[in-house]
Amino acid sequence: MDLSYGPEYEDFRAELRAFIEKNQHKAPPPGMGMKHPEALEQDWQKLLIEHGYTCRTIPKKYGGYGAEPDILKTVIIQDEFTRANVNSGLSGQGIGMLVPTLLENGNEQQREKYIRPTIYGEIHWCQGYSEPGAGSDLASLRTNARVEDGHFIINGQKIWTSGAHFADMCFILVRTEPEKPKHEGISYIMMDMKTPGIEVRPLVTMTGAAEFNETFLTDVKVPVENVVGKRGEGWKVANTTLKHERGMLGDPSQLLSRIESILKILQNETLDGKRLIEHAMYRDRLIAAQAKTEALKFHSLRLLSHTLKNEDPGVSRLIVKYYGTTLSRELSDIALEALGELGQLYMGSPHVRSHGSWQWRNMFDLGLIIGGGTSQIQKNIISERGLGMPREPKLAETK
Amino acid sequence: MEFGLSDDQKLLENSFRRFTEDKLPLERIRELANKKTGYDADIWNGLVELAATGVIIPEQYGGAGFKMLDAIVILESLGRTVTPVPFTGTAIMAPVALLTGGTEAQKEEWLPQIAAGEVKFGVGVTELISTRDSKGVTLSGDVLNGNAMFVIDGGPADMYLIAAGPDNMAIVPRNAPGVTVTQLTTIDYSRMHTEVKLENVKADLLGGKGKATEAIRKCIMAGRLALAADTWGAAEVMIYKAVDYAKERKQFERAIASYQAVKHMCAEMITELDPFRSLIWYAGHAYDEAPQETLINVLLAKSGIDEAAKFIKRTATEVHGGMGFTDLMGLHYWYKRVSVNRALLGTPEMLRNEAAIAQGWLAA
Repeated sequence: MDLSYGPEYEDFRAELRAFIEKNQHKAPPPGMGMKHPEALEQDWQKLLIEHGYTCRTIPKKYGGYGAEPDILKTVIIQDEFTRANVNSGLSGQGIGMLVPTLLENGNEQQREKYIRPTIYGEIHWCQGYSEPGAGSDLASLRTNARVEDGHFIINGQKIWTSGAHFADMCFILVRTEPEKPKHEGISYIMMDMKTPGIEVRPLVTMTGAAEFNETFLTDVKVPVENVVGKRGEGWKVANTTLKHERGMLGDPSQLLSRIESILKILQNETLDGKRLIEHAMYRDRLIAAQAKTEALKFHSLRLLSHTLKNEDPGVSRLIVKYYGTTLSRELSDIALEALGELGQLYMGSPHVRSHGSWQWRNMFDLGLIIGGGTSQIQKNIISERGLGMPREPKLAETK
Repeated sequence: MEFGLSDDQKLLENSFRRFTEDKLPLERIRELANKKTGYDADIWNGLVELAATGVIIPEQYGGAGFKMLDAIVILESLGRTVTPVPFTGTAIMAPVALLTGGTEAQKEEWLPQIAAGEVKFGVGVTELISTRDSKGVTLSGDVLNGNAMFVIDGGPADMYLIAAGPDNMAIVPRNAPGVTVTQLTTIDYSRMHTEVKLENVKADLLGGKGKATEAIRKCIMAGRLALAADTWGAAEVMIYKAVDYAKERKQFERAIASYQAVKHMCAEMITELDPFRSLIWYAGHAYDEAPQETLINVLLAKSGIDEAAKFIKRTATEVHGGMGFTDLMGLHYWYKRVSVNRALLGTPEMLRNEAAIAQGWLAA
């Protein structure tokens, strides 16, 4: 057990802290990024890239900082921005998923054309994976493309395309070889959202906001050179992207700061004239959740150490999405339930607390439990890959 | 940066796992449980040979001079095989109390004997955590009176460390005049705890009168950490027993491990369990390297693993179906071990309340 980072990393941390201190007035407020990046976000992003605090390992020739991968520095960067509650640069599916995929599977022309404007916030991407009939069983997707005159002609429907209403581009999975087995007939294609034939309809969720869309595709023409990897290998290509998405959930520093916020509620709000924290029933629940959050914090350090040593942590990594999203929901449950009726107030109501953001958070947490591989899919993965239990045999064809 | 066991600790883990698994096949666990002594000389002597009883005792007192995290590695292994030895009382709680609050003479007298396996200690601190049946020990002058309940590992003990209020702890031989020991038989036959009744017993006080406050506090903290590690090991084994059984057991022409209902139970168990290993390790690391962080992490670790183990003991039994309910599989030995650990030295509810106070969220 050696929890020191060593002088090189402590210097790096000190520089970063000084940078944040000096520049944070230029930063846009940390947010969910539910709109197209504007000048404020783009300028901040540029400053962060120049200093190597975001897009750190993306090669210089594509506009990145060009550093060698160094997971400790990545962790320090994440820590320090979270601690200071300062915007850590653009995130989202273009930077988080498409760029790593292009670096791994794209050709030179595609990398040169798309990576730079994506990381500088000029091109915003959405993801076209899920369909009404293809959720957990994504590979059964039916949106199809035939080839005519050097173009894919795409027809079908996608769902959960977050940000599609302001995205410039979409990376989409379509069936190009319908005669092949389901995993082998899929292609990964980059599609301009201004192409005729694309209709985006906002999908209002239980939160009352439209965080997602339904996207309808009718004879959408996309040049064949926009396929990433080979035709028919889209499933493999997409799996590199999904791998990056899974890493995005279960961040313990976010959960730890949420515990601080809930503690403030319990210390400041009263019930029958007594502070909530003095009521054992709520205090007890918060500390039970705190124990799990602290456990996740050290668990993440353990996983980090495995990564540094190129070891496979096995089941320990597979549990993170399920554990983290369940815990996140438990935390927002506690906040809401401790507030009783007040916790049910929403948006502009009199007496509402934090503009109803705990209700929004609580509903969105449920979305995270379902999205990115439902808890049930996670449990299949944990038990099959982590514990070596057999897959459920397929039912004989019943059609 | 390295969070995890060192290479030496991995070797330590391997050798203790091998030792306990060799010594304790299920038949032997059953045989020893039926004796209800919480002790086996052969295993105890083996642990002494492996320097385990002196693991945290400094070399100057004849111990191995290792750290608390090394002790945790051993405790996980002991929990894995529900090992019937008075390790928590003798090798963890008593040395911590003696090292923290003992006079030099007391350390020199007892620590080498513990390391050499010549004496076994039971530790009575229950009334400082929660009082039941209005029991407790009082000190007047240098004379002790009262009853200490649930004295940890008191069954096979030759010596006792008994707290009398928060500031005094007495070193009491089992055979001293006025001492009556009554075995308290819990559902767990692998360790034996006792009630110790004291009638006008002359006390040898740890560190002198009123000098044991810190020793008692640390001894309770270390005991809780030991129980947490023991529970972790026992609960992990329950999960893998359930997984293995599910892979073998066939119903409707296939292994029950292929049914999602069963797989998901197993996935939930490992998910609840695994992160707490890291928290227990960190609490053990903090004990030596970041003492100010130890208390809160121990409180969260024991309360957390107790809750996880409550879910695991039930679910692992259910995965075994009817066989889980029988004595044939022996799963109940692990079930009972973690159940008793949960109640000892503070239930999760009590620990969470202490955690609120320890963090200044609530007045003491």
